[in-house]
Amino acid sequence: MRSPLRFERRLRQPKWLSLAVPAGSLLAALVLGAVVLLVTGRNPLSTYHRILERAFASQSSLSGTLISATPLAFTGLCAAVAFRMGIINIGGEGQLFGGAILASWAGIALGDQPVWIVLVAMLAAGAVGGMTVALIAGVLRARFGANEIITTLMLNYIVAIFLDYLIFNSKSYWREPKSFGFPKGKQVGPAAFWSPITIGHTAIPRGFIVAVLAGVVVSVLYRTTRFGFEVAVIADSPGTARYAGMRTTRKIIAVMALSGALAGLGGASDVGDFRHVLDAKGLQLAGYGYTGIVVAALARLNPLGTVLVAVLIGGLTNAGYALQGPDFPSGLVGALQGLILFTAVAGEVLVRYRVRRAVPAPVSAAAAGPPTPPVRAGA
Amino acid sequence: MNHNLFVVIAASAIFYGTPLFFAALGELLTERSGVLNLGVEGMMLIGALFGSWASQHVGGPSWFVVLASVLIGALAAAVLAAMYAVLAITLRVNQTVAGLALTIFAGGVGLSSYLANSWHVALRPTPHPIRKLDVLGLADTPVLGPLLFNHTMLTYVSWVLAAVGWFYLFHSRTGLRLRAVGESPQTADAMGISVAGYRYAHTILGGALAGVGGVFYSLAIVPTWVDGMTKGAGWIAIALVIFGFWRPELTLAGAYLFGALSSLSLILKARNVHINGSILDALPFLATIVVLVVMSSGSMRRRLGAPAALGVPYQREER
Repeated sequence: MRSPLRFERRLRQPKWLSLAVPAGSLLAALVLGAVVLLVTGRNPLSTYHRILERAFASQSSLSGTLISATPLAFTGLCAAVAFRMGIINIGGEGQLFGGAILASWAGIALGDQPVWIVLVAMLAAGAVGGMTVALIAGVLRARFGANEIITTLMLNYIVAIFLDYLIFNSKSYWREPKSFGFPKGKQVGPAAFWSPITIGHTAIPRGFIVAVLAGVVVSVLYRTTRFGFEVAVIADSPGTARYAGMRTTRKIIAVMALSGALAGLGGASDVGDFRHVLDAKGLQLAGYGYTGIVVAALARLNPLGTVLVAVLIGGLTNAGYALQGPDFPSGLVGALQGLILFTAVAGEVLVRYRVRRAVPAPVSAAAAGPPTPPVRAGA
Repeated sequence: MNHNLFVVIAASAIFYGTPLFFAALGELLTERSGVLNLGVEGMMLIGALFGSWASQHVGGPSWFVVLASVLIGALAAAVLAAMYAVLAITLRVNQTVAGLALTIFAGGVGLSSYLANSWHVALRPTPHPIRKLDVLGLADTPVLGPLLFNHTMLTYVSWVLAAVGWFYLFHSRTGLRLRAVGESPQTADAMGISVAGYRYAHTILGGALAGVGGVFYSLAIVPTWVDGMTKGAGWIAIALVIFGFWRPELTLAGAYLFGALSSLSLILKARNVHINGSILDALPFLATIVVLVVMSSGSMRRRLGAPAALGVPYQREER
């Protein structure tokens, strides 16, 4: 079977492509999504119009979008910092749960302390929680070479079961002892409610501000420090990194710790900004970790871009919540996100290669010299 | 005798291991061609959904409906696998991320849930579930009855497939070429073997088998549609391929081990054994990690037998 396309590796990647490709990916995903909608008998234009309206059109919908975007910014950063070194951490989900568990513990225990102390304590506890979960997979990878894709994924399920255990299956510190009927989590203290910062009529969650700061820190770390340089070398060529004396094993553990801590901050923000309780079912239904991978891929693993894209995908998620009903079934938003990830990875090809139509040329002509310039297609 | 704990566990290990084996065998064939498809969970769910849908909408005698459901489920998953193959083989994208994309797109909160809602599949149970057979009237035979003569048709098919898969891979010309494509596509290409052709065929075949595994969930285990009903089985199947050294017969054994672990919590709960259910639920996932660590470390690694070109797109231009 002969491929109809020819791929020429680009020697230089034009700057404009790093913006055009994500935009094109998004557009392509919307077109494919329209096909799915048409097949199931829905009008794509009116559906997209409703999503856009519910996501960004009013001040209140914008506030909701920022609430949805905050955990995605953290899980997106979690994926981005690891993927940049070629460590495929898909455990953002479980690491965020780990952060939420410890942060809600801090919120319940310190709920009557001064607001700033509680905020810092919850953030620290969240980071530690996420880091702990991530380090299990990180150490197993660094020490035993256990594939981190599978271990982080298995940990997602294990931490989810642990979350259920804390709320439904035990008399844990997190469970509300006085609740009758359906078990639920204990609410955090009054000081552990992170009040949003209002600009105009838009409420900006404190967690979102932390996410922007985290994006800046990661960006500086990866751009300007020796650590960031070594991460880039290890990603491009692990062999070279080893010969140059870079400590690959340590770096894997450090990057996993950083990655998990970022997801854990997302868990802290979920408790402080949004739910104010360890909500076992709600956290699992949200799927923040997996959506974070979509966010990071669409942002092409750029930390600041990740925060920006999180707002976009957060808008989609928020509209999904608001519109859910018989004529807007659940699952549509997830399917659209999957399509966006599909087109984003396909778009990467256009950044790395010049794609041309294969022109069947006689063998002798090809050997003698460059054939006539083929028609440029795609790029 | 047949209610002895060990017999019950062994019998349900085979029952719950069957869908794991189908999915794992599919992934094994895909990986042997050098393609890593992490979309197994998504393909299983789409298979489960279409199987359930077909069972409600196809008319005819019961055996025909079941057969049609299995085939339609397999076909739907194969279509997804073909989409993935275009990305992974022709467009040469990053296979890890593309496989994840497939699972997010089709998975428990994605397309499978959307279609189930749109087509109202979840509202009624499967009218024609896959039933356990009483082969030759021997189902009540002590010990051997539950182990050998009281399974679903798909379980017997899976036994045949394990043998056929082993023969195909290690004793047929096509199987040899398949392994060549997975180990060294450059060499295979130079020999005149179509690398892309082999990769497409086995990726799509792998998808179809994952789809059959999914149908087993919605027609035999549950039997109705529930969003995200495979609950991570697709990921366990991927780990099983590693566990089985990329060999069908060892993968079958691994599938039964994990089948036993998955069924343990149900069996013990039914017998009023008081162990905290959460630990039992987490057991298959914990075991996967343990197995992976053992298989990856030290001397085991050299004997693993992972295809050398696994996950690496083949680019003739850069040969």
